[in-house]
Amino acid sequence: MKSAVLVFPGINRERDMARTLKIISGQEPAMVWHTETELPKGTDLAVIPGGFSYGDYLRCGAIAARSPVMDAVRSFAAKGGLVLAVCNGFQIACEAGLLPGVLMRNARLKFICRDVYLRVERSDTPFTRGYNAGQVIRVPSAHGEGNYIADVETIARLEGEGRVLFRYSAPDGKLNADFNFNGATNAIAGIVNDKGNVLGMMPHPENHVEAAIGCTDGRGLFAGLADHLARAA
Amino acid sequence: MPLRIRDETLRVTNEPAITPKLVAEHGLKPDEYQRVLDLIGREPSLTELGIFSAMWNEHCSYKSSKVHLRTLPTTGKCVIQGPGENAGVIDIGDGLACVFKMESHNHPSYIEPYQGAATGVGGILRDVFTMGARPIACLNALSFGDPKHPKTRHLVSGVVAGVGGYGNSFGVPTVGGQVRFHTRYDGNNLVNAMAVGLAETDKIFYAAASGVGMPIVYLGSKTGRDGIHGASMASAEFDEDSEGKRPTVQVGDPFSEKLLLEACLEIMAKDCVIAIQDMGAAGLTCSAVEMGAKGDLGVTLDLDAVPCREENMSAYEMMLSESQERMLMVLKPEKEKEAEAIFRKWGLDFAIVGRTTPTMRFIVQHQGKQMVDLPIKELGDQAPEYKRPFTDMPKLPVIKAADVKAPMPLGPALQALIATPDLCSKRWVWEQYDHIILGNTVQRPGGDAAVVRVLEGPKALALSTDVTPRYCEADAFEGGKQAVAECWRNLTAVGAKPLAITDNLNFGNPERPEIMGQFVGCVRGIGEACKALDFPVVSGNVSLYNETNGRAILPTPSIGGVGLLDDFTKSATLAFKAEGEAILLIGDTHGWLGQSLYLRDICGREEGAPPPVDLVVEKRNGDFVRSAILAGTATAAHDLSDGGLAVALAEMAMASGIGASCEAKLEAGHAFWFGEDQARYLITVEAAQAGAVLARAKAAGVPARRLGLTGGDALTLPGERPILVTILREGFEAWLPAYMAGGVN
Repeated sequence: MKSAVLVFPGINRERDMARTLKIISGQEPAMVWHTETELPKGTDLAVIPGGFSYGDYLRCGAIAARSPVMDAVRSFAAKGGLVLAVCNGFQIACEAGLLPGVLMRNARLKFICRDVYLRVERSDTPFTRGYNAGQVIRVPSAHGEGNYIADVETIARLEGEGRVLFRYSAPDGKLNADFNFNGATNAIAGIVNDKGNVLGMMPHPENHVEAAIGCTDGRGLFAGLADHLARAA
Repeated sequence: MPLRIRDETLRVTNEPAITPKLVAEHGLKPDEYQRVLDLIGREPSLTELGIFSAMWNEHCSYKSSKVHLRTLPTTGKCVIQGPGENAGVIDIGDGLACVFKMESHNHPSYIEPYQGAATGVGGILRDVFTMGARPIACLNALSFGDPKHPKTRHLVSGVVAGVGGYGNSFGVPTVGGQVRFHTRYDGNNLVNAMAVGLAETDKIFYAAASGVGMPIVYLGSKTGRDGIHGASMASAEFDEDSEGKRPTVQVGDPFSEKLLLEACLEIMAKDCVIAIQDMGAAGLTCSAVEMGAKGDLGVTLDLDAVPCREENMSAYEMMLSESQERMLMVLKPEKEKEAEAIFRKWGLDFAIVGRTTPTMRFIVQHQGKQMVDLPIKELGDQAPEYKRPFTDMPKLPVIKAADVKAPMPLGPALQALIATPDLCSKRWVWEQYDHIILGNTVQRPGGDAAVVRVLEGPKALALSTDVTPRYCEADAFEGGKQAVAECWRNLTAVGAKPLAITDNLNFGNPERPEIMGQFVGCVRGIGEACKALDFPVVSGNVSLYNETNGRAILPTPSIGGVGLLDDFTKSATLAFKAEGEAILLIGDTHGWLGQSLYLRDICGREEGAPPPVDLVVEKRNGDFVRSAILAGTATAAHDLSDGGLAVALAEMAMASGIGASCEAKLEAGHAFWFGEDQARYLITVEAAQAGAVLARAKAAGVPARRLGLTGGDALTLPGERPILVTILREGFEAWLPAYMAGGVN
């Protein structure tokens, strides 16, 4: 797995992401500054990590989405390259047109940091092959604007095409408004683009890969990706 | 006869004359102003008056506290840098140092809670990374007024959002803290923020400049008119008009601070830096004077080179601005270009604004005029220093448990207590802080101490902030001791070896002898405990004049402690681990109800002497608990503090979902269950090992007894109906969210 982690000013979970990629794949990812115009040669996974790019002073992700490096990411994705966009990364991916919809302020208007339960909706994607469909994983969430919204047709298409990969659920997998803590439409926590090679998700699987630090439920996502890429190679 | 020689070269035509009224508005007393005149032999210019005001106020000069702070123990095996630098530094082995400090931002946080709290966090983070350390954790200690006070909800909401808003964006986990409510903080809430960073022991950066003719570089954000006289505001009491001071509160920009962090660490790694000082209180003035004075050098500043956010800023405004996210640095001249390129890459301002000189003068030039010419050493060294008169408060009577009537049975009292503002869950607060970023948070908020892994481990730091203000109010000396002992105990309860503390001393007006008495008593108590527990003070901050309309806050010496775990996988948490384990109470229980939360919140009496702290016993009991944790014998551990034994037991049950039943033959008195005797812990051990552990305790001279067994889904106190753990949790979690939603008072 030859991954590249994008770094925008104000991004702050790039180290968490890089450490996790190293733990799972054994390989250090390349850290790619926002002014670069191409990804390192041979990149097979581009990661847009979490944080507060440009302070989130405009709409979250809006400025980063217009960085030079994002042109490179768009063309990488257009050629089928895998893109993982987490938290602020998800917001950037939406602003960059890689994914539909937008992330609004959380329903109770507060930043919330807590472990959440995600129901994995399907396991036949490069991002979720490390899990079983219907499996519930526990991963941390830490954001103020993660309330996923899109117009009715977009939501219908996402649902119809099976592009919702993760949903906030109760520990038993049932959907329950109490567990949809940010108020996202249909409890959507993570979606893929129409080609299935760009995943955007709000929670942080990269923060749950070590037993000593909480839990290892996030490993499946990265291990699945590594496995997928190893088979493809 | 005061000197009144005018130096016309320092006068600017449109500046006001220096009148006694203007001097008073700058917070300088007539005798302090006379000291200025004596020192410089002429009348100061307006800018110079502003500089004296900034350097000689209580906040920057410690003029009332210095003489007492000198009595604190500040050295020890682990201490690399004690008080006097941007932050304290301790050695944690393997070539690594922990850099930490706690600082208050009380007054700004009352006037503008979000920005006041946010910039408090920003300021303390800067203190830590100025020394070359990457911040790895933040903590805080927040004191608010009575929940019924009309402003309290607004203040809690704003302060918590501000603390979170800054730390979350900057990218440091906020892993622990305290939140309390008391009517004495009405109109003067306290926001104490602590930051902890990690550096290599041979790459610590200090403030002292060295070498003549070295470039002084201004880094970070531009200078605006915000925060002018912030430090002076922090050195005055509040009254009804204080909210008019909103313009003196700075506005935080965590995004710029994050860039500043990365840029600073990058140029430090490239070995470009001779000296560095962040611009905190009194901005450019304090930082420039400090760098020169500490290095026995003069400094000349050219204000025309200072990057400004607003037009036509005067020298006076630039010298006193407290705009955030700025640094001053003395660079190695040959590295100038390299350093500039790094700052440009991060999109930050970089400007050479001055030089070091051999003259020992502090010179400021602006638009071709010399605005300031002052002796640099004396600006700091000759600040007034007071031995203010103080009176000790009379000792309060010891409340006898027999004289306290229990208004309700144990069970209902426990349920009521854990749902009070001070004891209830603070989840509503810490969920607004990102406490897991950086991926090293081993123990999250809600336990005795937070545990944060160091790099890839297995070492970890244990971190806690503590103080019990009602004890300090009742007996300053015992309260000061208790604050340190409580912190030491919290670190011990996770299995860490306590190393050192930072102290953040919040008090009222030191010009009142009884307030000064509280200060002196607390500092004496802190010193005594630090000595006995080998727990030195390496950094700190004093916040005085915390009064509104003549009423002082409770004396609140917040203690921030750092402890070390050699292997974080051996750390203990407070949650019960399994059913059928023996629960052991370590330490003596006499049933001390004076100043207990039970007495205050259940009986409605805020009275009596607080529990005394026996530091020898404290150390003996703590060392025993720590060794039981590290040996793997203790499966859970929890310190006993507010609310006493019953509350601690409930907290262990709630953290795990496992209940406990107490032996029927135990005392059923309220004093046994809710007394706040010190030096106590609860631990659990496998039932079969209980006898051996008790024998070991006895051999070590540590009082220990068996309380009961873990198990079931309810907590059963002797002679009481079982209370379901889920019911306990409901009460524990309910109050704060309901209060913040406006549902309860």
